[in-house]
Amino acid sequence: MSVAIDQIFVNGKRWLLSWLAGAPDWLVQVASSLINIFALLAVFLTLFALMSVLERKILGRIQNRYGPNRVGPFGLLQPIADGIKMLIKEDIVPVRADKIVHFLAPVLIAATAILALGIIPYGRNMTPFTIDGGILFFFAVGSTTELAVFMAGWGSNNKFSMLGAMRAIAQMISYELPLIITVLPVVMIVGSLAPDTIVAAQDGYAFGVVPRWFVLTPWGAAAFLLFFVSGLVESNRTPFDVPEGESEIVAGHMTEYSGFKYATFFMAEYIGMFAITGLAITLFLGGWHAPVRALEFVPSYIWFFAKLGALLFVYIWLRGTLPRTRVDQIMNFAWKFMLPMAFTCMVAAAVWHYAGRGLRGWLWSFVVIAVAYTALSIILDTRKKFASRTYRFAE
Amino acid sequence: MSAAFVIISILTLAAALAAATLPKLMHAALSFAVAFVGLAAFFFLLGAEFVGLVQIFVYIGAVAVLIVFTILLTRRDVEKDRGFNWSGVVVAIAVFGGLIWAIFKTQSLSVAAPGMSVLTVKHIGEVLMTGYVWPLLCVGLLLTAALVGALILVMEEKR
Repeated sequence: MSVAIDQIFVNGKRWLLSWLAGAPDWLVQVASSLINIFALLAVFLTLFALMSVLERKILGRIQNRYGPNRVGPFGLLQPIADGIKMLIKEDIVPVRADKIVHFLAPVLIAATAILALGIIPYGRNMTPFTIDGGILFFFAVGSTTELAVFMAGWGSNNKFSMLGAMRAIAQMISYELPLIITVLPVVMIVGSLAPDTIVAAQDGYAFGVVPRWFVLTPWGAAAFLLFFVSGLVESNRTPFDVPEGESEIVAGHMTEYSGFKYATFFMAEYIGMFAITGLAITLFLGGWHAPVRALEFVPSYIWFFAKLGALLFVYIWLRGTLPRTRVDQIMNFAWKFMLPMAFTCMVAAAVWHYAGRGLRGWLWSFVVIAVAYTALSIILDTRKKFASRTYRFAE
Repeated sequence: MSAAFVIISILTLAAALAAATLPKLMHAALSFAVAFVGLAAFFFLLGAEFVGLVQIFVYIGAVAVLIVFTILLTRRDVEKDRGFNWSGVVVAIAVFGGLIWAIFKTQSLSVAAPGMSVLTVKHIGEVLMTGYVWPLLCVGLLLTAALVGALILVMEEKR
């Protein structure tokens, strides 16, 4: 029974494809891909709508107010109202804008964000597109986002847009490095770039109780935290949302976008957030595996989306509690702390592997991480730098 | 010749042609990026998944962004229509002629290519870490040197 519920979507797709029995091979392949794409879009666009209203509600609670509660029960129909508003708004293109580039930027940014969703295993046998180098595909597609942001900034022909795009690209490029290097320990330990293999490697329980998720090893925990912070930066979320700021550069590279194009940017940002959280779950949190053996009867996709929901809640929570950082603080943090720690994770993972992947390896890799962390904190101690702040260009 | 090959070729050639002929420099750079995507699609078509992904990763994520930024930061007149450059034609014809000459001079392979096993990422990693570890280390050293050089260039001068 539980297997049937677990595989309900897989069997559903097989049933749909059985209608095409006897059709040429390429047609079945195209239909199979289309079903995957349709399912992905349906699930994640719904999740986007849900997330947009939940975020406002939770932020409201954190700031001691109600949040949206007028449209529908508990304000749950708010995204529909938002969508209608965005659709009927006038689409303004600046006269001096580069019209083609201005139009293509939101298209490209949404396309890349959705493409990245394709390689994540959402449940047992539920990876939309199985690629041998899936992790690499994720980052290859993700790196295209920078070009799209640049196109938005340059195509708008507006100084705010350009400066905002510059900020966004600078922080994306800087944090792409720790993001990718924190993935390397997992790839090293598993020996594969395929998301399915990585999830399969986290199956089972140590001592019969503790799940073998990578986040429960010292290097995995450190790498997960670094990955999570880098993911926050990549999706331009609040402690790191310098690319847009009402008082400085309006809405950054989105300044000249209105109506549905703006909504597309907004959607791409959220979809990108889902994708990077999904990858974090795949890499460190055991993918769709259950945390306790007794709970394995719960379908695998429910576990995946429960973990996704928990991580997204942390995203909202951080947005509600932390103040913004300055550009130079973000850059310093990336190059002076994140990058060395990311490399330390690699070393710690190697130590864990060669010390036998057991308790001894656990202790030794913990020592490596702790030593590196303490040393870095002592070196980077910036307490005395608060006194004299010099302005180089604004004298 | 499959339909996919024809479609990708047309796309890549059109993008390359656009990169060479578009009057605005930024448009040319962006269509150059499209040509890179076309090349990556060729790699996928040939079954070289890893190379295709790296092509996208490096050429779209890094090289295209680099080109676009150099144009932005070094040219004052990004928008201005540039005149026709005859020296470019000479270089292009020379490169084209050289390539054609090399292709026609190459003897066609007398034996059929050996049956390729499916090349996995794991296999590439093993080869890189055993047979090609020297070149890999050299490239790593070169890149580190470039990184240090870039740091020195932008370092604040001590007054």
